[in-house]
Amino acid sequence: MTDGHVHDAVINSISGPVLRATMRMPFHINEAVKVGPQRLLGEVIRINGSESVIQVYEDTSGLKPGDPVNATGSPLAVKLGPGMLGNIFDGLLRPLKQQGRYVKPGIGDKTNGETYRFSPLVEEGDLITRGTLFGSVTRKHARLQRCMAPPDCDGRVVSIKPAGEYTDDETLCVLDCGDNEVRELSMSHYWPVRQPRPVLQRRPVKGPLFTGQRILDSIFPVGCGSRAAMPGGFGTGKTVLQETLAKWCDADVIIYVGCGERGNEMASVLHDFPSLEDPRTGRPLMERTVIIANTSNMPVAAREASIYTAVTVGEYFRDMGLRVALMADSTSRWAEALREISGRLGELPGEAGYPAYLSSRQADFYERAANVSTLSGKAGSLTIIGAVSPPSADFSEPVTTHTKRYVHCFWGLDAVRAQARFYPAIHPLQSYSRDVDALNHFWSQHGHPTWGRQRQKFLALLEEQARLERMARIIGKDALPPRQQHVLLCAELINEAFLRQSAFSEVDRYCSAERQIEMMQMISRFIRLSRNAIELDHSVESISALPVMRKLRRMGEDIGEDELDDFEDLRDELDEAFEQLTRSAKYEAERDEG
Amino acid sequence: MKADVYADHAVTGLEGPLLFLQRTVDVGLNEAVEIEDREAKVRLGRIAAIDDKSLTVEVLESTSGLGVEDTRVRFLGEPLTFAVGPEMLGRIFDGVGRVIDNGPPVPAETALRIDGFSINPAERERPTDFIETGISTIDIMNSLVRGQKLPIFSGAGLPHDQLAIQIAHQAHLRNDAEKTAHSDAFAMVFVAIGVPYDSAELFRSAMEASGALEHTLLFLNLASDSSTQRLLCPRYALTAAEYLAFEQGKHVLVVMTDMTNYCEALREVSASHGEIPSRKGFPGYMYSDLATLYERAGSIKGVSGSLTQLPILTMPSDDITHPIPDLTGYITEGQIVLDRELDRAGIYPPVKVLPCLSRLMKDGTGEGFTHKDHPDLANQLYAAYARAVHVRVLASVVGRDGLTETDRLFLDFGDRFEREFINQQGERSLRAGMEIGWKLLGTLPTSQLIRLNDRQIKEYIERDAEEKAGVWPQPRRHRHGPLFSS
Repeated sequence: MTDGHVHDAVINSISGPVLRATMRMPFHINEAVKVGPQRLLGEVIRINGSESVIQVYEDTSGLKPGDPVNATGSPLAVKLGPGMLGNIFDGLLRPLKQQGRYVKPGIGDKTNGETYRFSPLVEEGDLITRGTLFGSVTRKHARLQRCMAPPDCDGRVVSIKPAGEYTDDETLCVLDCGDNEVRELSMSHYWPVRQPRPVLQRRPVKGPLFTGQRILDSIFPVGCGSRAAMPGGFGTGKTVLQETLAKWCDADVIIYVGCGERGNEMASVLHDFPSLEDPRTGRPLMERTVIIANTSNMPVAAREASIYTAVTVGEYFRDMGLRVALMADSTSRWAEALREISGRLGELPGEAGYPAYLSSRQADFYERAANVSTLSGKAGSLTIIGAVSPPSADFSEPVTTHTKRYVHCFWGLDAVRAQARFYPAIHPLQSYSRDVDALNHFWSQHGHPTWGRQRQKFLALLEEQARLERMARIIGKDALPPRQQHVLLCAELINEAFLRQSAFSEVDRYCSAERQIEMMQMISRFIRLSRNAIELDHSVESISALPVMRKLRRMGEDIGEDELDDFEDLRDELDEAFEQLTRSAKYEAERDEG
Repeated sequence: MKADVYADHAVTGLEGPLLFLQRTVDVGLNEAVEIEDREAKVRLGRIAAIDDKSLTVEVLESTSGLGVEDTRVRFLGEPLTFAVGPEMLGRIFDGVGRVIDNGPPVPAETALRIDGFSINPAERERPTDFIETGISTIDIMNSLVRGQKLPIFSGAGLPHDQLAIQIAHQAHLRNDAEKTAHSDAFAMVFVAIGVPYDSAELFRSAMEASGALEHTLLFLNLASDSSTQRLLCPRYALTAAEYLAFEQGKHVLVVMTDMTNYCEALREVSASHGEIPSRKGFPGYMYSDLATLYERAGSIKGVSGSLTQLPILTMPSDDITHPIPDLTGYITEGQIVLDRELDRAGIYPPVKVLPCLSRLMKDGTGEGFTHKDHPDLANQLYAAYARAVHVRVLASVVGRDGLTETDRLFLDFGDRFEREFINQQGERSLRAGMEIGWKLLGTLPTSQLIRLNDRQIKEYIERDAEEKAGVWPQPRRHRHGPLFSS
């Protein structure tokens, strides 16, 4: 080039986000590079002789062959520190606030000089090992975080700053690592996104990620440190469900990654979360949330990276000993980004044009969800909940089928339910959870030892309903025997009263474990009472005409968290209604005899 | 900075819309070029790919008449831009932003990159302003808000153009007393992508008849224009719309018809590049490509204008799972689906309610926006109509007599809902539409109306039937003028 500098490589050719460059010094796979005069961020993805293939995370318009490429010497890494909670970032964890109206190429990771309150947890002379929490840090009005030694350093504390206000990259602690090596630690550190952070030990899933959604917690629960997927065609409510989970689940930290989704959705999350309260702590929800946004019109290569960025941030908080939930909406866009890059590289396409390594990449991602003992010996967990957007809502496509291999919970969203505005539109017969056995204990602790059995019973009824409806389609509902009509009635009640839960209702958007138990037992009680009534030859119509039915169906809406006592009244009313039914029947029978 | 570099005798080949050149000059990706043929006629192009020896140029017009020896290429040294100014309103452009109404050139205030930049998600304003369109199936069931992108999924031969014109005529903000006074604050951009001449003419004359032409920009890319140009047409139009919305502070409604033609052109150009095709031969990046258009809708914090999109697409063989509607639905904030069966039954607008959706509805309806009971009414109507459709399937096999009494009521509800609620002549206000909704729900047993609370049942369902008759129907006003007044 004309400017006289020696560059590490020069561009040969460009195709969309992928470029080829001739190296003048050795690059390494997955090394971060700076491309062109604007120093756009890129990553080396293939090396062939003296030519390297680089994917660029920003718009490549205007790049020319001959433009320089400079190595950074380190893999693609993100800065993890106390400024993340409550903020919104792009796919490479560069803050989006204060970046102006439009996302333009070359945005840097600005530090705005914000200071955080630090207090040390170690003293001079203490031994710090990998992952030690050496200080605590708080941001103004926000929750407590920890300063962590990066997972790759051991040493003795030479000096540590006293409590006070510091910026996130000021040196707080100096370590003597032996062999005359000194390391300086600050509140933040860099970590390569594609490398899972080490842990002491992985542990089996124990206890749920409680979501406040009945169809999830009571029917298809997800364990803490487990992984779940929700596939569904457009308009089936994936995003609303993801947002609902981000709002009400009982994690300590939420990582919400909008991967190839809509900009207005991010705006709505940014608007809603600060004004909503965490039901457990009473603090604004935004304080526990990190948003990573790569909207569908932002550069496609950064979409591929955004998922790894999110998981790395999640692991960072997990390592502080927190329970972290990661919502990825949508993993299909991520897979499509892989496909697009793969196509530009001229790789041999596999199924539906996706690269053959799609499933191993998905496995890498979902495997980073875990319940662990952290390096510092605390218990932490990272739960991953991924949305999947199958083309034409066809669950047999590659992304959905591969996802099924790696997740424990599968929440299939159904278009027919969504069209009737029945939300969450999770189809009970297309979904499953493999965490059920691990969670029996949780429900017993909450005073519901028969949860497993009732859950089974509900599912069996719903299964039977599907069979009977097929039959009714041929012979007519009226022609079914009363016992089968009774099954239909009960299944309908389970659907309407229990599984349906409006995310926008002030009362019903969150359902505590206690309320879920009350409702589940109420329905079981109805099933029992009505079955007895049917056996006493009462007609199904007479039962479905009972005024109490409307109250049962609406109990989620009508009986709020503070009014759990009202369930007792409803129970009495239910008993009373059936008693009257039997009594009046007896009376009629006696009258007929008389 | 404009470089003025010519390349003579550099063309090595021509294939479809692509021109291959030896790389003799330093140029960047996506930069604009002008191609001069032997008769010195100029065609526009842009650089689609670069490697160390050669360049690929996408010619934005027909390549017929171009040769290897006698073609000159001029490199403009910058991406394609569109010179925009406030006086664009009322003018007609072709697909690459050239004036075609025989008028004088448009005085330019600034030149903007046609690809735009992505709006920073952290700077977006959450859209909440309810737009009353006068169509009940939209207003009540799938409300439109400013800054939304709500496509119409139609089929060949269905009245989507008519519906789009009607929405453009009737759309206004609620509680908006002075509709004409603020007419400066709105504008409409109509983009015809690969449409036949007569459809384009229909829109133009409709705009003219309503006196709205002076607030309208027309971009016409006719079916006979080149495919590469078709890909640029919406980009030029949206650049103009963004300028009006975010620089001039207007509320802009962009109607784009027909996105199916756009996608077909994308497939054609992709195939000529020799790219690996994905579903049905469409390129794998079609989602990202469509997103670069649709995501340009929205509003920005601190800017008074907004950009609302109403793209229209015709589903190939009425198939909603076809990649074009499928990918669109994954990007846009809902969809309005038109149905051939309803159309044949003489119901206008033939909106197939069940698969329709407006994702932003929750943000623009209810207390303080429309009516506090509006969301619950919409919910209950959806639940009841879904059940009616389900019962209809049952009845088609076992017959009406095989149904239970309740199911028969739902069956009747479904028919009346289609005839009295979906079907409408002219404009119907939100209020009048809601009245019809309550009246129809009144034909069902209250025990089935579980999406309504007890107060709503008492207030709307158990009202005296005679009283109901007095309130409905509302006299209709006919309104001329503003499409989108504020």
